[in-house]
Amino acid sequence: MNQLLPLPTVIPLLAAAGISALNPLLRDKRQVLDAVAILTSACVAVILLVIMVNTEHGDSVYWFAGFRPIHHHAAIGIDFAAGPLSSGLACLAAVLVTAAMIFSWRYFERVATYYHALMLVFLAGMTGFCLTGDVFDMFVWFELMGVSAYALTAYRPEERGPIQGALNFAITNSVGAYLSLSGIALIYGRTGALNMAQIGHFIARHRPDGLVVSAFLLIIIGLLIKGSIVPFHFWLADAHAVAPTPVCVLFSGVMVELGLYGVARVYWSTFGQALGHRTVITAMLMTLGLLTAVAGALFCFRERHLKRLLAFSTISHAGMFLTGIALLTPLGLAGAALYVAGHALVKAALFLCVGIVLHRLGSVNESTLHGRGRGLPVTGLIFTLAAFGLADLPPFATFLGKGWIEDSASAHGMTWIIVIMVICSVLVGGAVLRVAGGVFYGLGDPPSEDPEMAKGASEETSETESDKQRTPLTMIIPTAALTLVAAVIALLPGLGSAIQAAAVRFQDQTAYNATVLSGAHVAHPAALFPPESAGIAVSDVVTGVVSAVAGLILAFLALYWRRLPLLRRGFEPGTGLTGPIQRLQSGIVNDYVTWIVVGFACLGGVLAFTIR
Amino acid sequence: MHIFPFVVVAWVLGVGLYGIVTSRHLIHLIMCLIVVQSSTYVLLLAVGYRTGAIAPYFYDAPVHTPAVDPVVQALALTDVVVEAAVTALLLSFAIQAHKRFGTLDPQELVQLKG
Repeated sequence: MNQLLPLPTVIPLLAAAGISALNPLLRDKRQVLDAVAILTSACVAVILLVIMVNTEHGDSVYWFAGFRPIHHHAAIGIDFAAGPLSSGLACLAAVLVTAAMIFSWRYFERVATYYHALMLVFLAGMTGFCLTGDVFDMFVWFELMGVSAYALTAYRPEERGPIQGALNFAITNSVGAYLSLSGIALIYGRTGALNMAQIGHFIARHRPDGLVVSAFLLIIIGLLIKGSIVPFHFWLADAHAVAPTPVCVLFSGVMVELGLYGVARVYWSTFGQALGHRTVITAMLMTLGLLTAVAGALFCFRERHLKRLLAFSTISHAGMFLTGIALLTPLGLAGAALYVAGHALVKAALFLCVGIVLHRLGSVNESTLHGRGRGLPVTGLIFTLAAFGLADLPPFATFLGKGWIEDSASAHGMTWIIVIMVICSVLVGGAVLRVAGGVFYGLGDPPSEDPEMAKGASEETSETESDKQRTPLTMIIPTAALTLVAAVIALLPGLGSAIQAAAVRFQDQTAYNATVLSGAHVAHPAALFPPESAGIAVSDVVTGVVSAVAGLILAFLALYWRRLPLLRRGFEPGTGLTGPIQRLQSGIVNDYVTWIVVGFACLGGVLAFTIR
Repeated sequence: MHIFPFVVVAWVLGVGLYGIVTSRHLIHLIMCLIVVQSSTYVLLLAVGYRTGAIAPYFYDAPVHTPAVDPVVQALALTDVVVEAAVTALLLSFAIQAHKRFGTLDPQELVQLKG
């Protein structure tokens, strides 16, 4: 069964190469291109699903060209090591690529061959990044995923926005990648190994010194930039606002989360045992996570450009995922994993709905769209449902993932985290529900026009041929299916305990080392909750319902703000947050790289004084 | 192990980052990004270096002669390939930026803001 592991990267790479090679023949055969891309990504999704189910009782490891470790602890070759969480995340990526490709079928009137090829290379990069067990290989997949993402962002290079967004995205992420590579080089210099398990096995025998700590910091900086964590998050909104909508689905749904997965993977497969000082790591990552969650939520609420609004909500959620990981507990990690899955599905559905709005109405500006979405009842319904999903309403998987993170936090005496997380959920949910009510049902007043944003949104129309009379089914079906899946996965019997068992095993570095280096089969760990309960506690449901209802109230407040008698006129909710904070999001890449350097220096300072 | 190469690495990295932060020209900025990446080449080759060792090529040397680490050289080569792809893409973006904005000053690319 291990032989399946390379296929999720090999198949899309071969398909992409084939499409590119046959470009002269396929240029006019749009159906062939779409069919190849959809079939390839669907096939990869199925293979990854099989891998995920098969790894439920033990990780599977594949050594390229059969270079197995010799003498038990010297790994010469490169391996793919898949557990349920890594293959599950890769499967999520493949599912979203499939949905995005089905959506693109009718979305783009004309499409260049390289769009399909780039999407498939992007998919290969993401699956390779998830599955690899080698730290340099991880960098290579990271770059492959990065380069195809930069090119996809600038898919319409004849416009100004995409070029600026792609430049900011490419430069910030490249700086991050090179910092990661420096960390990899340092740790290789110390251990002579590139395999994560072997490095971990070697450095765990010594006290952590400056070199190990620096290597850890350098490696995670690059991943945190990809994960859009404050103060490394600036590129994200620029890239999301201008990338084609089906590509945004992948950026928001999985690419950002892959950065955070990388942090978790590097920590638990390699550095965890050696570093020790769990409280320091928890405090550092949790501070970053909560800052990100709050900043993203505030920006999200004041935004009027629909794609940027969803982008800022992704930043906020990335912060919450990092908070879950930072707890360093199995329940926190399991919560983050389930939250990522639920968030990816509803966020993808929301982006696809925005794509339909752009296709039919030719705008993504909340102010000008106000009430114009009433002619799109089905899209409006799906958008509203997905918006409730983003606001953590049960039974969407988001509520349970967030509930687990909160349970784990309160079990460790950090109950105050729940307050911050609920506030962020309410702000994000309120913003998206405000859009649903205003655009699709014409409730309340249109928000005041911001001239800056109107200018930014005016260029959007050329992405798809707008003002179509009806919405093609190929655009509705993936959107509805994603929302439906998000609503049912948390209720699947046995899924909760399976994710928790997977999280326990993901954090067990000794077992991972034994599996990779000696091929040992490690006993199946027990889940935290008994399988029949699926871990749904009453408190999770209550917090989920409370956040969603509070989000709804906030949305109505924002929509009917000007009609409320008791409040002073001239003040718009959200506008008070502009000014100095908004100026930070300057769109200038020099500033963004300055923030990276400052953040890097601060984190380095913290670690230098705390880990000894 | 000698400290000197590592000082060079830190210096090159710092110079490159300083260049990116202060650059007022996209082509210059992309060159500075290459400088940042060059620091990783020096670092990779420095960690694999052994004083007095031969190149990892045993055609005319006995098999047990000390040689420098061939792995880091493979890594540096991969790194060069990555750099070629990223730089080509970035330069093509810079050409497009010049066409659309009429300038190469990153501070005057002002389509996206706030």
